[in-house]
Amino acid sequence: MKILVCIKQVPDTTEIKINPVTGTLIRDGVPSIMNPDDKGGLEVALRLKDEFGAEVTVITMGPPQADAILREAMAMGADRAILLTDRKFAGADTLATSNAIAGALRCLEWDLIVAGRQAIDGDTAQVGPQIAEHLDIPQISYVADVKFDGKKTFRVKKETEDGYQILEVESPCLFTVLASAVKPRYMSVGGIVDVFDREVEIWTADRISVEEEKLGLKGSPTKVKKAFAKGLKSAGEVHEIEPEEAVNLIISKLKEKFII
Amino acid sequence: MNFELNKTQDLFRQMIREFAEKEVKPLAAEIDEQERFPIETVEKMGKLGIMGIPVPKQYGGAGGDNIMYSIAVEELSRVCATTGVIVSAHTSLCVAPILEHGTEEQKNKYVPKLASGEWIGAFGLTEPNAGTDASAQQTTAVADGDEWVLNGNKIFITNAGYAHVYVIFAMTDKSLGTKGISAFIVEKDTPGFTIGKKEMKLGIRGSATCELIFENCRIPKENLLGKIGGGFAIAMKTLDGGRIGIASQALGIAQGAMDETIKYTKERKQFGKSLSSFQNTQFQMADLYTKVEASRLLVRSAAFKKDKGIPYSADAAMCKLFAAETAMEVTTKAVQFHGGYGYTREYPVERMMRDAKITEIYEGTSEVQRMVISAKMFR
Repeated sequence: MKILVCIKQVPDTTEIKINPVTGTLIRDGVPSIMNPDDKGGLEVALRLKDEFGAEVTVITMGPPQADAILREAMAMGADRAILLTDRKFAGADTLATSNAIAGALRCLEWDLIVAGRQAIDGDTAQVGPQIAEHLDIPQISYVADVKFDGKKTFRVKKETEDGYQILEVESPCLFTVLASAVKPRYMSVGGIVDVFDREVEIWTADRISVEEEKLGLKGSPTKVKKAFAKGLKSAGEVHEIEPEEAVNLIISKLKEKFII
Repeated sequence: MNFELNKTQDLFRQMIREFAEKEVKPLAAEIDEQERFPIETVEKMGKLGIMGIPVPKQYGGAGGDNIMYSIAVEELSRVCATTGVIVSAHTSLCVAPILEHGTEEQKNKYVPKLASGEWIGAFGLTEPNAGTDASAQQTTAVADGDEWVLNGNKIFITNAGYAHVYVIFAMTDKSLGTKGISAFIVEKDTPGFTIGKKEMKLGIRGSATCELIFENCRIPKENLLGKIGGGFAIAMKTLDGGRIGIASQALGIAQGAMDETIKYTKERKQFGKSLSSFQNTQFQMADLYTKVEASRLLVRSAAFKKDKGIPYSADAAMCKLFAAETAMEVTTKAVQFHGGYGYTREYPVERMMRDAKITEIYEGTSEVQRMVISAKMFR
């Protein structure tokens, strides 16, 4: 089986502070990490590899520094890594991004594509589903668990707002995975020792067959109107009380605020 | 001259820090309180290659260097000194001498299982009457046919009971003094070899420290490690490497106490302002930080020399001496900065202070380190 995992390098938003005067993000000195949902997706792929044997390829689009997350993925157990990097990709919104990645995926063989549900910097949850649409394959989003019959069929647990669904799908298909689905493994020490001797393939826009108008800023219909910081909520109250007492307290608070 | 970690070492540092924070720190107080060996952590470390960092890949290791190994012990000890010493004693005192002095058969038999963490390693040199004077060995090994017969007692043996492989020193010819000491590999469950009393300790309470008892313990001839009479030299060389491990442990403890104190003194308010805004706090902490950083440079320098094959015996002694005394000072002051809270088990600094003390004692006391350093100066 060949599994393609789409990953993204993001600023560690838990480390980001907001400039109280301008309301903008202070990105200086914020470490870059592999997006948590993508790491969950990689773990799902690596577990399928452990159990059934598979070649796991990780792919990302980004600046040359995105090399770091590809190396991390290889030190965790990925077999091959591809970095889509070109000035022509710059300024891409989700559509231009998915066009570029889908273009790259058309040049590769795969039975399964795994992406994270959404990135913690943009929170759109659009790129994975768009890739599936471009490639015209079935997709299941919000995946919390994957079981494979060893042949062609996946049995997938998809989270919904009020529960979950169990769905069956045949390869080729695409999943977008939740970070909470699995605990990602650590890089192995031996993997780290080898990883800087391994190759990260650099693919530029010429390598993929996608029209230039569909890439980067040119291919991005999204226009950002305004960026602003969300207003901070006041600190909550913590009560350590018995459940029955808690119910009464919640009801009285909701009544107090005229919610019920 | 380059004081930066290389890319591999830097990536490894990220990984081991995350592992320590997520897998080791949550258990630190509990294993101290219960005096429990964290076997589940050893299993996790084995799978990731942490039990065989500086071991070549051909023997099942991770193929890393001694700087990475030192970083591992430092980062683990930053949150839990018990876990740090388990890795240090295993790697430096058991895997290293077998790798350096073992035959190809011995290396193939023992190292892959040790490096993968399937087996844990230990080292038995200290005896009731042979502590700092390690040459006064009373344990004997007598050749008998195809076997060696061991008799005697070892004490204060780290990882005892959990270890599968023990590097043991014994007299093969008392008339020759230190030249009559030889090293052996003894496996657990060998008839005549039993684990004695477990010590109740001040610190590193999760680590297993026990007596080893040999009563007509018969081991195969091929379990001699190195040459007959070469044991004392193996022990001294092994301890040189071990000191880098213990210095890394001390460094980690000191850094951990420093990090806790910075956090606490920023949060704790007295007289209407945070403790960290008092110049007394700032100046004392500046001194401590300088010493921690100096310890780190000494440790890294010794590990670097070991990796490059440059003699490092005095460097190892200096880094252990300085890092251990720094750990004791930093942790003692960390408790003081925490005041009454620091004396309670609500905060980790009292544990760190108890853990720090052993680094001035084991694998050569601070006095022994001064002997090693001055011997080099005045030879």
